[in-house]
Amino acid sequence: MTPLLSVEHLSISFTQYDRGTRRRILPAIRDLDLTIDRGQVAAVVGSSGSGKSLLAHGILGILPYNAHMEGTITYDGAPLTPKRAAALRGREIVLVPQSVGYLDPLMKVGPQVGRDKTAVRAVLDRYGLGPETEGLYPFQLSGGMARRVLISTAVAASPALVIADEPTPGLDARAAGRILGHFRELADAGTGVLLITHDLELALTIADKVAVFYAGETVEEAPAGDFDRLEDLRHPYTRALWQALPQHGFRPIPGTQPYPGALPEGCPFAPRCPKCTSECGGDVPYRPLDGGFVRCLHPERGNAS
Amino acid sequence: MDRLLNQRQRALLLSAFAALALLAVTVAGFLLSDAAMVTDFSRKNLAPCLAYPFGTDWMGRDMLARTLTGLSLSIRIGVLTAAVSAVVALAVGTAAATLGRRVDAVLSWCIDLVMGIPHILLVILISLAFGKGFVGVVAGVALSHWTSLARLLRGEVLQLRSAPYVLTAEKLGRTRLQVARDHLLPHLLPQFLTGLILLFPHAILHEASVTFLGFGLSSEQPAIGVILSESMSYLTTGKWWLAFFPGLMLVATVALFALLGDRLRRILDPATIHQ
Amino acid sequence: MAHRLGFAGKKLLRMVLLLLGVSLAAFLLMSASPLDPLQTNVGQAALGTMSQEQIAQLEDYWGVNDPPLERYLGWLTDVLHGDLGTSLLYRVPVTQVLAERLKNSLWLMAAAWVLSGALGLLLGTVAAACRGRWPDRLIRGWCLLISSTPAFWLAILLLMVFSVWLGWLPIGLSAPIGAQASAVTLADRLRHAILPALTLSVTGLANMTLHTREKLCDVLESDYVLFARARGESTRSILWHHGLRNMALPAITLQFGSISEIFGGSVLVEQVFSYQGLGQCAVTAGLGSDLPLLLGVTVVSAALVFGGNLIADLLYGVVDPKIRARVRAYGRKGGA
Repeated sequence: MTPLLSVEHLSISFTQYDRGTRRRILPAIRDLDLTIDRGQVAAVVGSSGSGKSLLAHGILGILPYNAHMEGTITYDGAPLTPKRAAALRGREIVLVPQSVGYLDPLMKVGPQVGRDKTAVRAVLDRYGLGPETEGLYPFQLSGGMARRVLISTAVAASPALVIADEPTPGLDARAAGRILGHFRELADAGTGVLLITHDLELALTIADKVAVFYAGETVEEAPAGDFDRLEDLRHPYTRALWQALPQHGFRPIPGTQPYPGALPEGCPFAPRCPKCTSECGGDVPYRPLDGGFVRCLHPERGNAS
Repeated sequence: MDRLLNQRQRALLLSAFAALALLAVTVAGFLLSDAAMVTDFSRKNLAPCLAYPFGTDWMGRDMLARTLTGLSLSIRIGVLTAAVSAVVALAVGTAAATLGRRVDAVLSWCIDLVMGIPHILLVILISLAFGKGFVGVVAGVALSHWTSLARLLRGEVLQLRSAPYVLTAEKLGRTRLQVARDHLLPHLLPQFLTGLILLFPHAILHEASVTFLGFGLSSEQPAIGVILSESMSYLTTGKWWLAFFPGLMLVATVALFALLGDRLRRILDPATIHQ
Repeated sequence: MAHRLGFAGKKLLRMVLLLLGVSLAAFLLMSASPLDPLQTNVGQAALGTMSQEQIAQLEDYWGVNDPPLERYLGWLTDVLHGDLGTSLLYRVPVTQVLAERLKNSLWLMAAAWVLSGALGLLLGTVAAACRGRWPDRLIRGWCLLISSTPAFWLAILLLMVFSVWLGWLPIGLSAPIGAQASAVTLADRLRHAILPALTLSVTGLANMTLHTREKLCDVLESDYVLFARARGESTRSILWHHGLRNMALPAITLQFGSISEIFGGSVLVEQVFSYQGLGQCAVTAGLGSDLPLLLGVTVVSAALVFGGNLIADLLYGVVDPKIRARVRAYGRKGGA
């Protein structure tokens, strides 16, 4: 079966001005690979500043003017050219944005969900939003309502692929769980869901597979089940993330993610990695390993087994 | 996008060119100020030709020399008045933002009041109060242009004062003066400088306008306003060059100043920095 | 509703206080003037031939010797009775001069106001939609050029081209010279107002265009437009549904705040075209030291400016849903 969406060797960079009049290229995403099947929830997890949102904008073809994109994106068996992306977005491929700031502040909610009134009513009803919601302005929505309105905007189009960009910030765990449950429902009905988030714990509640993002690269792709045991994880950074979770001891690792303009040569995680050797300063390929993928010369799982 | 120079380098180059051109006009006008007054009735009312590119007037005065002298005068007055206006704006803006609520209310009311009188009318009124002439027009332009910059700086200072790092500095026992020097000034300076440069074109235009109306420089001086006002009497007789070239040069001067301010703003403004 | 009336009332009170301040400031500036109204209007030579008594009479007429504050209070008392004094130059009540001139100027300013607003909105929208490409560069260059052009020079140019060279339009005045007021037709008035109105609109255009462009560029870079694009909306649809909606408020404020500039332009333009309006009246009064008349013009023009700001403030409350919601919430709380 061909995957619904496959992203290969995707790179996104920006042209920026440094001090004075010097111009330089900032790589935000480098060599990203990802596939999503119909009915699957694929989570992309990474801390803020890792370039996750750009992935969504890149697929939809709505990057800002000073961005440059390379690599191939294939949707439903055919290349997703800018022209095709423009025709599909909002219809087959939809975005669920981060916050209510993505709604026009001066337009009532109803017309923003969709043009067709009966369809709007039906989809709002599905998410437990009463008729009065249609007459509200975005600033009048509460946090939980806003999320459901944003999902409604996506579902109103009956899409094949939903890209959810950080859909749960500012919600308590129960409310966030409910919202994510809506995405699981969509996937169970056959829609592909790309969930972009910084919250590994929440992502694992619904995801079928997880791609871990670090400093603009995917460092590991693993089935969600691998996250049940530390030993099944491949990359040192993924293990560090796992160990930082509250139920696994809350142990952070020292150091910070490098800024896109100041990346080290070779593996970007090397400066924080306990297993780092001199070869890590060279080329590190992304390769399949035990039913997943990893970008590491000394993967933990390979060594352990 | 592989141009020879990138946007910022071109902006810098353009600014340098504009500044140089304005300096050249100022100096040239200064040197030609005697030639501008020479009357010679053997060459009166000449249309533009090689010897007199801008033509001559009914007293045989060289219009090129007169135009350059007038522009030079305009630029010098413009720089002087804009500088005074900007300093007034800085004083009023920071005073309103830092000296408490009552002072702010009074000063904001004053800003509203001054903004309520149409600009030209205010310049005329102040110029009259100072007895017209050079002093009148300088006072008029200098004392009427500070309002919008003052309002801008007031807002900026108010915003900065409630910024977390400024509040922290105050909690740490820094004196007001230290806070102002270390935290406010570095943020205000770019705003102030671009505000100052963007005041030049307005100042020059209003000086010329008020002089044109008869409330500014006296008619003996070869000011642009005077030249254009005099040209009005010769319009119907077809002496178009008396009005055309001096006005065109004025437009070019003002446009250069506006361009200079705009480019500097773009270089200093973080929002457009990556274009 | 009561809240909105209270808001309007407060604004109105502030406006009255500001007008009072304007009149006092203008009065003080004029009375501080070292210029001698007798020399300006009677002339040095004529003064020399007059007797001391005649001069004293003239000084009395021009109000040279009264203390300023007393004169101001006297003027203010008269104003409260609806009397703005008598014009020293025209020897008729100031209200009469102002009414006649205002009628002429309002036509001109209203036409320029509407034209520059509408055209500015259109050009700004085109520039923002084509940001960075040649239509944008062209429009921005044009704006730089006209905002650097003094209104009076543009007036002179248009006068030279259309009246002197081509002879299509009259040289000046708001009506044909020597014609009886009753004989002046609407067509005459229009013909005389075309060039002044055109000049005024062109000079007022740059500001509106550049502000519209800037605001629209901000809107186009906003998250909600990004989302609209993600939902497959075309640029045209985005401009129409989100651009106009979010641009309208600042545009309204700007346009109602531009009355001061339009009036300033009208002073220059009316002078060049000898158009018998309020602006020309200000120049005549200023040059002739006609204090009551200049004071009257200043107060009327300030009232126009403050009135424009007041309308903008009130419209903001009607159009902005956030303010509307706040007012509603306030009303509910007040009622409970």
